[in-house]
Amino acid sequence: MLPPSPAPHSPTLLPIMKYVDEFREPEKAQALYREIAQLCKQIARPIKIMEVCGGHTHTIFKYGIEAILPDNLELIHGPGCPVCVMPKGRIDDAIAIAQNSHTIFATFGDAMRVPGSKMSLLQAKAQGADIRMVYSPLDSFKIARDNPDKEVVFFALGFETTAPSTAFTILQAAAEKVPNFRMFSNHVLVIPALQALLNNPDLQLDGFIGPGHVSMVIGIEPYEFISQQYHKPIVVAGFEPIDILQSIWMLLRQLGENRCQVENQYSRLVEERGNSVAIEAMNQVFAVRAKFDWRGLGEIPNSGLEIRGEYAQFDAEVKFTIPNLKVADHKACKCGEILKGVLKPWQCKVFGTACTPETPIGTCMVSSEGACAAYYKYRTHIGGGHREPQMNLTL
Amino acid sequence: MCLGIPGQIIEITDIERKLAVVSIAGVKRQVNIACIVNEQHPPETCIGNWVLVHVGFAMNRINEEEARETLKLLQELVDA
Repeated sequence: MLPPSPAPHSPTLLPIMKYVDEFREPEKAQALYREIAQLCKQIARPIKIMEVCGGHTHTIFKYGIEAILPDNLELIHGPGCPVCVMPKGRIDDAIAIAQNSHTIFATFGDAMRVPGSKMSLLQAKAQGADIRMVYSPLDSFKIARDNPDKEVVFFALGFETTAPSTAFTILQAAAEKVPNFRMFSNHVLVIPALQALLNNPDLQLDGFIGPGHVSMVIGIEPYEFISQQYHKPIVVAGFEPIDILQSIWMLLRQLGENRCQVENQYSRLVEERGNSVAIEAMNQVFAVRAKFDWRGLGEIPNSGLEIRGEYAQFDAEVKFTIPNLKVADHKACKCGEILKGVLKPWQCKVFGTACTPETPIGTCMVSSEGACAAYYKYRTHIGGGHREPQMNLTL
Repeated sequence: MCLGIPGQIIEITDIERKLAVVSIAGVKRQVNIACIVNEQHPPETCIGNWVLVHVGFAMNRINEEEARETLKLLQELVDA
C-alpha cells in the first residue's frame, strides 16, 4: 500500500523549533549582511575564511550564503567531515571485519558509500556481509545484546563531538559485561588537523569559523594557539544560517580592528571549558594515537583516538586481523586539495562527470557535508559560472 | 556528522542507565543523558532542560540566558 500523501506545504503547519527558528529569520540575516558588506568594503582586500566543519559547509550551501557574500570575501571549506577524511585503507579494514562470518557490522549511514580500494560497505552488504545502519552507537550495543551468538562491531567515527557517545557506550558494555560487542575506532581530533593546516604554506587564511559541536565538548581554550602562535582570529559558531553570518561578521570585525582572538558566537551551547563529563569519559576509554592517516592530508601526529588497553576486549583491532594497508587515492580525484581548501570542487576534472553522489570516486562527494556533494547538490558553481545570488532563508 | 538538534527533556525513564525522553518539536525519542549528569546535576533535575541531541545522546545543556543575549544583540542590529 502506498503511504499517505504528505500534507500540502504550509509554513503555518510546521512545528515551532525553539533555538532553531530564531536563528533562521530573514531580517536578522539582512542586518548581518549589511554589516558584512560594509566591513568588507572597509577592509578592502581579499579575505579568506575557512569554515572547518562540514556541518557549516552544509548550512552555507543549503542557505545560499556563499553566493551573497561580497566579492572580496571567500569561504574556504575545511576538512571537518569525518567521512571525507577517512582513508581508503580504513574502509578496506572495516569491510574485512564485516566479512567475517558470524559478524554484524553496524555503522552510521554516512559511511556506507565511502569508496574503499575495491568496494564500499554498501557494496559489501550487497555481497552478503551483515552490515546495518544505525543512528546511535547505543543501537549497535542493543544489536549485540539481542544477538549473543554473533560478534557485533560498531564503526566508531567522528570528531570530539561523537567520541563521548562511543566512550559511554563502551563504558556501558563494560558495566553490563557484554562479551560480543566491539568497536572499530576511527575517531579523529580537530586541533591537530588545524595545526597541520596552519603549517601548510599553500594555504593563506585570514581566519577560521570554529566547529561548534566539537567545541561544545572540548571548549574554546584549545584554540588559543591559533591566535597566540599563528595570529589568526577564530570564532566558534553554531549551525543555523544566522549563526554563520554572525560569526563571519565577528571575524570581519576582528580583522578590521587588527585583532586575533578566540571568540564564541555559540555561547548558548559552548562553554569556555567544554563539557568536563564528556571529556572525562573520552579520556577514560580512549588514548591518542601517535599518528593517524587522513585522506588528503596524510599522516597527522596525535590526531586519532584508539581504545585504551583496559578496554581491549571491546577493541575490534585487537579481536580481528585487519589488513591495515595504506591505499593511494584515485589519481584523478582532487579530494586532498579540496579538503585543504587549495582547490574548489569544480576545479577537479571528474567533478559532476565520473564523480557524482551516486557513484562517488572521492569522499568529498559522498557525505552531504563534503564540499563536492554540497556544490553538486546546490549547483552553485556548475561549469564554473556563478548563479544569481540569492539567499534561501524561507525554508 | 557533527549535527545536533535541540530538544527538551520531558521524562527520565531509567536513572541507572541514564536514559530519558526528549521532545524534539513534539516528536519523542529516547536519549542517553550520561554527558549532562554529575553530582551537581542528578538525572531527576534534568526534566525541562533544553539539550542538544547528537547520535542518541544529550551532549550539553542549552543555556537559555546566553541564547536570549545573542538574540537581543541580533535584534539591536536589525533595529539599528
